[in-house]
Amino acid sequence: MIETLQQASSYAADIDGLIILVAVLTGFWFFVAQGVFFWLIFRYRAKPGKKSKYVTGREQHLTRWISFPHGLVLVCDVFIIVASVNVWYDVKQRLPEADRVVRITGQQWAWTFQHPGSDGDLDTDDDVYVVDELHVEVDKTYHFHLEARDVMHSFSVPVFRLKQDAIPGRSIMGWFRPTLVGEFDVQCAEICGIGHGVMAARIFITDEAQHAAWVTQNTPNR
Amino acid sequence: MVEATAEVWHAQHEVHEHHGPQGVLKYLWSTDHKVISMQYLFTGMFMAVVGGFMAYVFRMQLAFPGSSVPGFGIVSPGEYNSLVTNHGSIMIFWVAMPVLIAAFGNFLIPLMIGADDMVFPRINRLSFQVFFISALVILGSLFVEGGGFGGAWTAYPPLSAKGVYNQTPLGATLWLIGVALEFVAFLLGGINFITTLMNARAPGMKAYDIPMVCWMIVIASILFMLSVGPLIAGAVMLLFDQTLGTGFYDPAMGGDPVLWQHLFWFFGHPEVYVVMLPAIGITIDIVATFARKKLFGYKLMLYTTVATGVLSFFVWAHHQFISGIDPRMANVFMVTTLLISVPIAELMFVIIATLYGGSIRLATPMLWALAFIAEFLIGGVTGIFLGASGADIYFHDTYFVLAHFHYTFFPIAIIGTFAALTYWFPKMFGKMMSDKLGKIHFWGTIIPFNFIFIPLFVLGMGGQHRRIYNYQHFPDLAGADFQRLRIIATVALLVMLAFQLVFFYNFIRSLLRGEKAPKNPWNANTLEWTTESPPPHGNWPPDQMPKVYRGPYEYGRPDRESDFWPQDEPA
Repeated sequence: MIETLQQASSYAADIDGLIILVAVLTGFWFFVAQGVFFWLIFRYRAKPGKKSKYVTGREQHLTRWISFPHGLVLVCDVFIIVASVNVWYDVKQRLPEADRVVRITGQQWAWTFQHPGSDGDLDTDDDVYVVDELHVEVDKTYHFHLEARDVMHSFSVPVFRLKQDAIPGRSIMGWFRPTLVGEFDVQCAEICGIGHGVMAARIFITDEAQHAAWVTQNTPNR
Repeated sequence: MVEATAEVWHAQHEVHEHHGPQGVLKYLWSTDHKVISMQYLFTGMFMAVVGGFMAYVFRMQLAFPGSSVPGFGIVSPGEYNSLVTNHGSIMIFWVAMPVLIAAFGNFLIPLMIGADDMVFPRINRLSFQVFFISALVILGSLFVEGGGFGGAWTAYPPLSAKGVYNQTPLGATLWLIGVALEFVAFLLGGINFITTLMNARAPGMKAYDIPMVCWMIVIASILFMLSVGPLIAGAVMLLFDQTLGTGFYDPAMGGDPVLWQHLFWFFGHPEVYVVMLPAIGITIDIVATFARKKLFGYKLMLYTTVATGVLSFFVWAHHQFISGIDPRMANVFMVTTLLISVPIAELMFVIIATLYGGSIRLATPMLWALAFIAEFLIGGVTGIFLGASGADIYFHDTYFVLAHFHYTFFPIAIIGTFAALTYWFPKMFGKMMSDKLGKIHFWGTIIPFNFIFIPLFVLGMGGQHRRIYNYQHFPDLAGADFQRLRIIATVALLVMLAFQLVFFYNFIRSLLRGEKAPKNPWNANTLEWTTESPPPHGNWPPDQMPKVYRGPYEYGRPDRESDFWPQDEPA
């Protein structure tokens, strides 16, 4: 399923890569453990007249079968930690220079997206406010200010692999860079009351010309 | 308690027979640990039926959105939220904890350490009574004006704090009171388990002679007592926010909603190990008995468990990676979270290694115990995806999380319970259960279980987020292939629920017409198998209280003809 879900942000492939790394490492342990487990059940099934072995768990030649994999698990953990810190740093800790800034506000039960108007700056008179539609330009780095009016919400864009909770009373900053033209789901991923299931929005990713046309068309007359 | 003389015992017995309450009252006011265990067990089983019914209703809604669910009707969005919230709360606080810790802890600890009862029998009775009231409160909360609380079992404020946000002001307050009462019940029970294990062991039973399941329940009780304090404080603040209009979690009044998340998960993550450890203990005892093997490394197991318990206090913020905490903090909590995979893997390796060289008999309890390991491994490895902060950005609050923790909680609460129940049923009720019906029930539960949750892993990877009553508003999730997976999961749930009728039939039939159980049907070593089935009041006649000469897992000794060596048999 994850292959069919498109990668529409600059870091989507990195997050998928991390998921695949974890899948390979844990998958290895999973199949080894299950394999040994079922083999032991089969190999040592009860047979008439055959007594079980008396093993205390202190025998050196046997305990190494546990301590060696044990060390290997730790090594795998280190690999995962390093890979994960890299991805995390890139997505959440680092804030690359922005081309555009948007403000995203969650409330029961709708998203309000504040886009910069033709002047390219946020919080000016020509800002474009749209409910439940986020319009962005492909291959531009966006900063977002994420806010909530009433309860917790969570801004989630599966094709970006991005998710961030919105907290009332705070403005949380983050970034994304769309890399694919198209129209995708925006979800609220934190339960926010009776209308949580209808708090759906769409993100429209277009090229420069189309985006400029959309901005002109929607700029309020002031 | 162990030093009770014959005289005292007879005197106690007389009180119970002639002057104590009679009939139904005898059961309601009994201080016998076995009676209290049954009270917890049957209350827990009843609540499991309630929680299972809730799962049936919301799975039907997800598979066939908008249609009337037989036995419930049309599910409104508010009812859906309430169903998922209370399903989670009930399954953890009113099923897993009472059955695994309270029912089996109460039944097993005195019997396995050779005591005639708990050291605080009246506190024990109070514990159940408070628990019973808490169950009534949570059930009552479903029927008040506005309906049951629908803010998820994590109850994040501000949603849970204000009636204008959740629209279930009464339900939310009753939910919180119910949970708080349940905590009180388990604090009372926990102090009893710990003290009993420390002080009431049979003569000769040293620390390393204690059966692992007793250790596990006691370590779980210690973890619970250490972690629940901050949450009780947090719950009182939330209650004040709800009812008195304070602003502990309200940013407009200088509060902080994220504070609750810290307090909740500081308890919430150790809580996972609180319910996990008893199930692992049950598995260990059953695997040792049916593989006829000494546990591979008793001390290793014990100290690994303690290490897991200590580490579990330093991982809570992995539930909050994307909740607005300082992003640098996520790195610290990811390291501690992934490190906990080391002791957990060790626990699994030790149980698997115990099978080596065994003489494995696949009776029903053993099937459940082995299934616990096989299924719990899936829950374990999928946890790594969520512990890795980078991957959690995507997986957080999707069905991947949901499937992951059902692969841990289902083995714990359901598989672990059935393992324990089928293993100790002869001791609890004095009758044997049908092995054939037991196996039908086993396969009828395990196979559908995987068909419920593997599709949910796939849905989660496809981006399906949680607690949505109807996905038609999300075009990317409304496709036919996604819906097919939801229907598979729901049909599998229906099959699994239907097979539980086999269990109830087997349970009742065995109670009424089962073959009479001998003292020690499984040829096990531990002390509970040295008394009658079921044990009399006081567990053993006072002049025959057991003495302990060795550890609990002396199976397959080469120097003995018989392949087991009961703990109480003099050398």
